[in-house]
Amino acid sequence: MKSKKKILSCVDIVKKYGKVVALDKTEFELYEGEILGIIGDNGAGKSTLIKALTGAIDIDSGKIFLDGEEVSFASPLESRLKGIETVYQNLALSPSLSIAENMFLGREIKKDGLLGELFRLIDRRKMQKIAKEKLTELEILTVQNINQAVETLSGGQRQGVAIARATLFGTKIIILDEPTAALGVKESRRVLELIKEVNKKGISIILISHNMPHVFEICHRVHIHRLSKKLCDIDPKKVNMSEAVAYMTGAKQPRS
Amino acid sequence: MDSNNFLKKTQNFLHSNPNFVPIIVLFLAVSFFGIVVGEKFFSPFNLALIVQQVSIIGVLGIAQTIIIITAGIDLSVAAIMVLSSVIMGKLAVSLGLPVPLVILIGFSMASICGAINGFLVSRAKLPPFIVTLGTWSIFYSLNLWYSESQSIRSQDLDSFASGLKFFGEKIPLFNTQFTYGSLLMILMFVFFWYVLNRTSWGRHIYAVGDDPEAAELAGINTRKVLMSVYVVAGLVCGIAAWSSIGRVGSVSPQSFYEGNLDSITAVVIGGTSLFGGRGSILGTLFGALIVGVFRSGLALAGVDVLWQVFAIGWLIIIAVSLDQWIRKIAN
Repeated sequence: MKSKKKILSCVDIVKKYGKVVALDKTEFELYEGEILGIIGDNGAGKSTLIKALTGAIDIDSGKIFLDGEEVSFASPLESRLKGIETVYQNLALSPSLSIAENMFLGREIKKDGLLGELFRLIDRRKMQKIAKEKLTELEILTVQNINQAVETLSGGQRQGVAIARATLFGTKIIILDEPTAALGVKESRRVLELIKEVNKKGISIILISHNMPHVFEICHRVHIHRLSKKLCDIDPKKVNMSEAVAYMTGAKQPRS
Repeated sequence: MDSNNFLKKTQNFLHSNPNFVPIIVLFLAVSFFGIVVGEKFFSPFNLALIVQQVSIIGVLGIAQTIIIITAGIDLSVAAIMVLSSVIMGKLAVSLGLPVPLVILIGFSMASICGAINGFLVSRAKLPPFIVTLGTWSIFYSLNLWYSESQSIRSQDLDSFASGLKFFGEKIPLFNTQFTYGSLLMILMFVFFWYVLNRTSWGRHIYAVGDDPEAAELAGINTRKVLMSVYVVAGLVCGIAAWSSIGRVGSVSPQSFYEGNLDSITAVVIGGTSLFGGRGSILGTLFGALIVGVFRSGLALAGVDVLWQVFAIGWLIIIAVSLDQWIRKIAN
């Protein structure tokens, strides 16, 4: 894995909220094509790290690199345009809009020519077609109607739609925030398979989760975050879960 | 067991086809009054009259619908309309400005009123109910001040600015006569149906009303969408103002005092949810027509006006109960 090149990384990132230090000179790196797990206790700063990387918050100091070039994102929209998609815990889906509309929400395909540019007419057929192809390709929906409202879907299916949306726009990196937290056993399984499937297509994945078995099952490498900074990397094949939890909680120090 | 199943199916059907509730109610109301009142009700003249009577509230209902879909409410729509009709009338009659110019000024003033609401809602983050409760009073008092509480007579409009009464003129159609105002309302409904369902702006309005946080995360600039909705609603009120001059025949600062609430009635009976994100613009057209049919039918049946108001009150409550029942399925 180490021979591959870093796709997203940062050094010495600091973020303070008043006197509270949320990120304390932390490091982070994601290699091309891997599934990276991020684990850490509540309040360790995992979410803040992700927000800093995607431009959702301004950092006080430090540097972020994408494909080796230094970047600074002013908003999540900017990072998204560079190919970093985030699937939030609440999925950011609009319940009463259809599956196809949700997949293109905020990035609708406009009709050609003046109608699309000036009057912002959307090309529904094209959107429906692409959405259907994507969902079939990822085996998320079988014979479902692409025009049904998202609120009629189960939790796992919604997660699937959100992940499929994240893969639509020339994506290089997908960040998943607790994708299985609200799901049952069977649905979690489907989502994990889906993550692996997406990864096989060459998209690097960052998985934030509290579910150790899930993290250890699908991640190639695990980043342990503790007290506002990166504590260490572990190889889930060599380190067992209880050891990882011990590092996370500070009961044990990693050998350096 | 069987009836339970049927209810469930009905609920499901109405949930995915929200337009059907007002259509069914409209159909039932028309049949009922047709039977009770007889031919008089079904005459082309009476049906055209019903459309004409709801033509102003219908257009205000369009403005109200797009705002309610964003989970807002606008108590000031009629006040914006009356204010801009007074501005149009007065500039044309007292200052003698040309009609196209005063219409343009009237439209601009209405849009500015909408922008004020929009600014307070989207930037200052104040609740739409409170904002528009305030601006209702503000716009209404400005209207009384500018008009000096005086109406502009029909004859004065005829001699100085007959173009302002354009939408009151009639054209023969289907064995009867429709006013241009009635046609304008229908056209505007068709246009807004198209905009809401086929443009990204329209779909974003639904997304913002449905779940603003999700819309924001999906990359929609929710503040911009909200602002634009209020400005467009203001402009629609301005168009209603021009149409209302033709409908009433004169400009009266005291007219349409209940128009704010009537427009909300049309939207609610039309099945648009006050919680936002759900509803249809055509539902509002049917909602306005249902109110018109009830008023006309009860009047022709010789029922006192107070019972018309009574009936509309029940319609609103039934419509909202239905909406709640249908929404249960979502959970």
